[in-house]
This record gives sequence, structure tokens and C-alpha cells, in this order.
Amino acid sequence: MSQISIKNAKKIFDETVVIPDLNVSIPEGSLFTLLGPSGCGKTTLLRMIAGFNSIEGGDFFFNENRINDQDPSRRNIGMVFQNYAIFPHLSVRENVEFGLKQRKLKKDEVRSRAEKYLRLIQMEEYMDRKPEQLSGGQQQRVALARALAINPDVLLMDEPLSNLDAKLRIDMRQAIREIQREVGITTVYVTHDQEEAMAISDQIAVMKGGVIQQVGKPKELYHRPANEFVATFIGRTNMLDAELDMVNGVPVITFENGYSLPMPKLTHIEPQNVRISIRPEDFNRVESVEETFGAVIKDSIYLGLNTEYMVELSNGKFIQVTEESSFDEDLNAGDIVNFKINPNKINVYNSEGTINLTEVR
Amino acid sequence: MATKQNELNGLAKVDPTAMAGPTQKKRFRLDIWSISAIVILITYVLFLVYPVGNLLKQSVFTETSGLTIENFTRFFSMSYYSGTLFNSFKVSITATVFALILGILLAYLFAMFEFRGKKLLRILIIIASMSAPFIGAYSWILLLGRSGLITRSLSNLFGIQMPDIYGFSGIVLVFSLQLFPLIFLYVNGAFKSIDQSILEAAEGMGVTGINRFFKVVLPLLMPTVLAGALLVFMRAFSDFGTPMLIGEGYRTFPVLIYTEFISEVGGDSAFASALAVIAIFIALTIFFLQQMVALKYSFSMNSLHPVRTKKVSGFKKVMVYVISYGVVFTAVLPQLYLVYTSFLNTSGMVFQPGYSLNSYREAFSRMGNSIINTIRIPLLAITIVVIFAVFISYLAVRRRNPLTATIDTLSMIPYIVPGTVLGIAFLTSYNTGVGGTGLLTITGTTFIMVVSLAVRRLPYTIRSSVAALHQISPSIEEAAQSLGSSKINTFFRITVPMMMPGIIAGAILSWITMISELSTSILLYTVNTRTVTVAIYTEVIRGNYGIAAALSTILMIFTVLSLLLFMKVSGKDEISL
Repeated sequence: MSQISIKNAKKIFDETVVIPDLNVSIPEGSLFTLLGPSGCGKTTLLRMIAGFNSIEGGDFFFNENRINDQDPSRRNIGMVFQNYAIFPHLSVRENVEFGLKQRKLKKDEVRSRAEKYLRLIQMEEYMDRKPEQLSGGQQQRVALARALAINPDVLLMDEPLSNLDAKLRIDMRQAIREIQREVGITTVYVTHDQEEAMAISDQIAVMKGGVIQQVGKPKELYHRPANEFVATFIGRTNMLDAELDMVNGVPVITFENGYSLPMPKLTHIEPQNVRISIRPEDFNRVESVEETFGAVIKDSIYLGLNTEYMVELSNGKFIQVTEESSFDEDLNAGDIVNFKINPNKINVYNSEGTINLTEVR
Repeated sequence: MATKQNELNGLAKVDPTAMAGPTQKKRFRLDIWSISAIVILITYVLFLVYPVGNLLKQSVFTETSGLTIENFTRFFSMSYYSGTLFNSFKVSITATVFALILGILLAYLFAMFEFRGKKLLRILIIIASMSAPFIGAYSWILLLGRSGLITRSLSNLFGIQMPDIYGFSGIVLVFSLQLFPLIFLYVNGAFKSIDQSILEAAEGMGVTGINRFFKVVLPLLMPTVLAGALLVFMRAFSDFGTPMLIGEGYRTFPVLIYTEFISEVGGDSAFASALAVIAIFIALTIFFLQQMVALKYSFSMNSLHPVRTKKVSGFKKVMVYVISYGVVFTAVLPQLYLVYTSFLNTSGMVFQPGYSLNSYREAFSRMGNSIINTIRIPLLAITIVVIFAVFISYLAVRRRNPLTATIDTLSMIPYIVPGTVLGIAFLTSYNTGVGGTGLLTITGTTFIMVVSLAVRRLPYTIRSSVAALHQISPSIEEAAQSLGSSKINTFFRITVPMMMPGIIAGAILSWITMISELSTSILLYTVNTRTVTVAIYTEVIRGNYGIAAALSTILMIFTVLSLLLFMKVSGKDEISL
């Protein structure tokens, strides 16, 4: 088991800088996810850790051990690939034994360790089958056992669930989570699926354009996104322009439609134009018209648990609002509704959307 | 929390000085890949670049007059020579057109209609395509020649005079029947990628039958048809055994090259070299023309629902059976007739009454070593081909760099160099060793036969290895590496075993073409390295028809056995090219 530290990592493909200067530290034994849209550099970074991509700058450490110049076969990593990468000409058992045999272990040790990990993933009864007889989910389990059997320092997983169907994906992510906890191995997990990342991770690094936007626990990312990109990428949100002013010594944000909200937390922030992120579920519909803002319902989608409304504000902007649905609800296009906002639930950014002012101390 | 995050996440502006760090430079390392690349490159320089280059030099450089184009002007100014080029184009184009018509027609019937015996017909078609064309020519002479079986029966029974089979028409007949199977196999494969729904969509818009074939099906098959047409044209254009036997006065370009060279062996081979250079130039031009045209038609299809065959009845049913069985029977007829004549008592060119195994006895006693050679030489060649193909394809796909790209290009050259030309190049280049140094004086050895076969066959096996390699995701190799396997170990334990099924299947097909190869071997053989195919040719020329027929039958048995092996290995009862 190792802690992974990456300092000033730099990646260049054909003179294009993919990762300019990246620093991250991955705690020992944690499941750490690299999350971002395609092309954000998450897989590139993972493959730099694995040794399949060259490193154009910076230092990569497993504990105190600098691995930059080590061949992938000497880094003692376990890797799980999106397309499973099972050796099709070897049986399930031979697949798991492959890495053990490279380590020149005794024959019975190879056997017993392979069997141990096949049991762990509950595939011992398929031991002598050829991979082509297995489903995608079973193949991925074998790939996981194969990666873990060699007792790697770190486990690297590159979108391991992307090729599986939706239901299996949920079962498998649960299985991966449980096995990872049981083995306690430092794991770097790459995905573009934010729900999967939230469900599985101890910590998530959100990446965009080769730069880590934020590192945090799933809860932190959702409730306190570091910038506008993270706010919109994790979950859904409405971004509204507003102004931050001091009124009688109290900071107040005033939206374009005139609705204003005192924000006592922002006392130390200079008055300025701001961007506000409000999640669809954080609009509270109220009957009173006092200190609320009105809007017109344009459309609604009934989803069972929730109902989603497309709502037009008085300045012509559209927002999304989600409400728990009920049998009695009866809101139709054209109805006027009033909302209040809980100041603790919203996030306030500078006008570029790059700094979360709620988080600035 | 926030400050700690900023520290971690590198959100702060990029400081260019902070990026300086130890950079991993790409150094040239002497690993197994660079060593094998260098070995392969040297091999190609010695056995391809040098002989072909030597040929070029000989064609424009003579010791008496230095740099000269007199060989070329001599060729183009005398119609005795240049007329052969016209003849070659005429037979090749005509034969290609007939082969296309027969091949596409048959493939269409196979894909669209349900009828019995498809599997058998398919195997017969493959057998017909795998024999050496000149054997077909020889058998057709026995059937339709001046004193041929059919000619005599028709004139005896009905007093009908058959048209003359010698010359243009005979060559075209043999080429068409010999080469349409290639088109059939190609197009048959292409039909599998046409989706049934495309045909149904056309039908829905009122386009059916013949109309649908020309407006929808044929355009979809076009890329495949063009690729097949190129192959057929090249084969027809470079084959010399057929026009040699059945052409009589009708001389084609390869015949001219061969006769000019044979008559000038020991003397000045400059003229033959010039002819060889013209042949390469023509092949190159045709190749690029085809590539240009093919580019215009290139698209990709994939089909979820392959075309379903239809039941037919009545007149249509009769037509389907008559055409498919008729064409295939005509194609295998020469082979069957040779098998039959091999059991006849023979005296020279005349078949005697009664049956015996005399021809076989004579064949074994006089040509026994050729049978062993036919196994020994191609077996050595195919071993070299497989090893080289595995390495070259791996280097070209996974270790792409200027060196491996050069090898990749070099390996494709034999694809467009006619066999006769390569034979001449080899013969003139190693007579006194490389550059007259005495090094590699391999003329007349088994080695030169093996190398020539290997060089000529490599392009095909490399393509199939590359295809096999493209099926293997790089992440499989990465998985092996992540499990602690070194690069070499990964190559031999994971990559090669995964490539093998595809390569072995391709190698068996290569093997079949090797055992029936004539145009290079006929120039390079000696008494000790004579193969069955060469023996058949020389026996036919000498008029020992019995031995020729027996040897042809033996060759056919080899071919059929190899095909059965191929089907067992590949698990398929069909061949796609």
C-alpha cells in the first residue's frame, strides 16, 4: 500500500500541452477518483501513473519511491481497463495466475493465491472457463481479481464500468467498493460518470483542461463546488447573475429580477458583481408574496419521485426547479409561483465564476 | 479546507518556471525491437532492394555505352516487341471483364438464392482458384485443342468444327476460368456486410430485380470489386505459363521477358532488364490508378442482418442451378480431366487404351525429388514468412517510427513486382555474389528458391498479420505489463499466441500458392531444386503428358489436403480474402 504524490506533472502530446502543471496527493488506502468530461486529461494522468504514457515533467512518487523512470512492469501496479483486457487465449484461472507467475512464486502459492482472489470476486466456479464464455461483468470481475492477486501497491481503474449495462454497473460499483475496502488498497479510479464517482469515492478530483478544479469528498463537491465549472458539472444547477452590496453593514445579494437576499457570511468580501449557483431543489415554493420572487411556469416534467419545472423569471431568464411530487400537485404552464431561497444552500462566485466567495476566509 | 485545496489542485496560474523538471527523453535503445527492425531491414536490402536496384541499373547502364536508354527505345520502336505489351493489355483486360462477370454473377446467386450444394461448390471454386493457371491451359489443350477430346468428339459425332483455342481466345478462356474464383471469394465476403434492410429499403422504393442489382447492390460492392479486379488484372498481366503453352504465336509481355532473358542468359541481359523495368512501371501505374479510383468509392458498412437467401421456383430455379453448377463445373473440368488422364496408359503425347498407374510410377521414379522439394522449399519459405510477418506487422503497428515505416513500405514492393521479373532480378544479381564480391553466391541453391518465395509471399501474410494485430487491443498488452510481464515476455506469451490463429490460417493459404508457384521458380530452379509445378511445366513442354497429369494430380491432392487443414484450423468452411 502506498500514498501517491504527484508534483508538477506535465504531459505534452505532439507539442500540445495536455496537462500543464498538476499536483495531487492521494492518501494511502483511499479510493480516489479522477472525474471530468472527455479530454480533460484524467485517463492521461492515470496512464502516467501506470507508466504507459511518458512523463514530460514533474515527479511521481509511490510513498518515497520515485517511479518516473520505472518500467510499468516494475511499478507493482494493478490495472483494470475499460475493455477488460482479459487474455482471451487463457482460462480464467490462467488469467489470474499470469501476474503471479511473473513473480517467480512457487507453484502451489500461485494456485492458492489465484483461488483466493477468485473466491473474493465470487468467480471460483468459473475458474476453468475461457473468457469468451463469460459475460462482460464476469470478465471485469476476473480483471479485478487478476489485478489484485499480485498484491499491487496501487490499483488503477480506467473507466472499468463504462462497457457494462446500467443495472450491472450499479452492482459492480458496489462490489468494487466493498472489495477495495476489504483489501484496503490505494485506488485511483477514472470515470466521466459523476453519479458513479459520488457513489464510490472517498475523494474526487474534478478535472478540466488538464487542470484539477477541485479535490474533495463527494459531499463537498456537491454542496461547496470550488468554481462554476464544478457547480455545473456535478449535479445540475442554475447560474444567475447578481450584485453583492453592503446594506446597513450587512452583505446583500440582489438578483436581476430585484429579489434580494442577506448573506451574513460574506462580510469580508468586497461589493462586486457575482454569479450565484442555485440547485433546482433549493428553490422553496411559498404561498406568500412577501420577500419572495415570482416566476411563471412554462413546462413541467413528471418523473415520479420528483417533478421538474421550467420556470421563466421576470427578466426573461429560464431556470429549472425540482420539487418532490405529490398526488395533489396541480401546477400548469402559465401559473405564477413564488420562491424563497435558503442562503445557506447557495454558492456565490466572483463574476468570472472562478472563485467560490462563500469559501473564501 | 479551501486553502489546502488550492494548494492541491493547481488551480493557481501556471508558473512556467515551476514546470521545469527532469524530462524523460526518447533515446534510441538497442532492445529486441530495434535489433529485429535492423535485421529485417538488412534482409530486405540484400534480397529486395539490391536485386531490383541491380535490375534498374542493368536496364539503363551497359559497360560498352555507359548510361543509355537504347534498350527502351529498342523496345518501343519495334512492334515485334511493343506489340506484346498491347497483347498483354488486351488479354488481361478481357479476362478481367469476364472474371468480373462470372465472379459477381456467382456471388450474387450464392447470396440471394437458396439452392443445394453451395458448400461443395464453394470448395470446388476454391480448388479451381488454387491451381497454377498453366495447368488449366494444358488441360484445355487436351480438351479443346486441335486433337482435343471435345474437339474430336464433336467433329466425329456432329461434324461441328470448334473455334481455334490457341492464341487470344484460349488465353482469355483460361484466365477467366482461373481468376473468376478470386472475384467470387472477394464479393462473397462483401455481400456479408450488406444489410438486408438496404435491399428492403430499395424494394420499398420500387427498385427491384436487375434494376436493384445495378443501382444498389453493385455500387455497394464497388470497393471490393475494384480490389478484386486489380488482383485479377495483375495476375493475368504477369502470368507467363498460360500464354506460353496456349498462346502459340500470340506473344504476351511476360512471354517476351522470359524468352528474351532465357535466350540471353550468359550474355547481355540488359534488354530483359529493361523489359522487367517496364513491367514494374506498368504494375505500379495500375496499382496507383486503382488506389485513386478505390478512394472515390471508399465507405464503410456494417450489417446487423445479413442478406437472406430467397427460395426460387420454376424457370428461375432451373437458371440458378444451370448457371452456378455450369460455371463451377467448367472451372474444375480441366483439373478433373487431368486426374482422369493420369490413370491412362500414355506414350509421350498420345494416350493409349487401358488404365494403369504407370504414369505415377514414372512420375515418382523420375521426378521423385520434385515432390520432396515441393514440401521442403515452401515449408522453409513459409516458416520465414510467418516469423518475418509477425515481427514486421508488430513493428509497423505498435512501434511505428521512420525505420519501421520504411520496412513496411519495402515489404509491399513484391506485391507489384511480377514473379518473372523478380526471378530475373535474383538470377542476375547473385550469379557472382552481391555486387560481384562472391558474397551470397546463391544462384542454383535451395536458399534462393526459399528466399524468392518468401519475399513474394510476405506482403499477403503481413497484411493478414496486421489485421490480426488490429484485433488485439493495446490494453491487453498493457494489462500484461502492469502484471509485471516484460515487453519481450508480453510479446511472446500474449501477443503472438493471440495473433497465431489468424496468421496460421493465412500461412496455409500462402503455402498453397507457393506449392503451385511457377513464374519465379521456372527461372531459379536447378535439377536439385525442381518443384512439382516446375516439373509439370517441363514435362508438358517435353510432351510427357502422362507424367504431367500424374504430377498435376499429386499437386491437386496437396492443395486439397492443405485446404482441409485450413478449414480445420480456421474453423470455417469458406475462405475470405
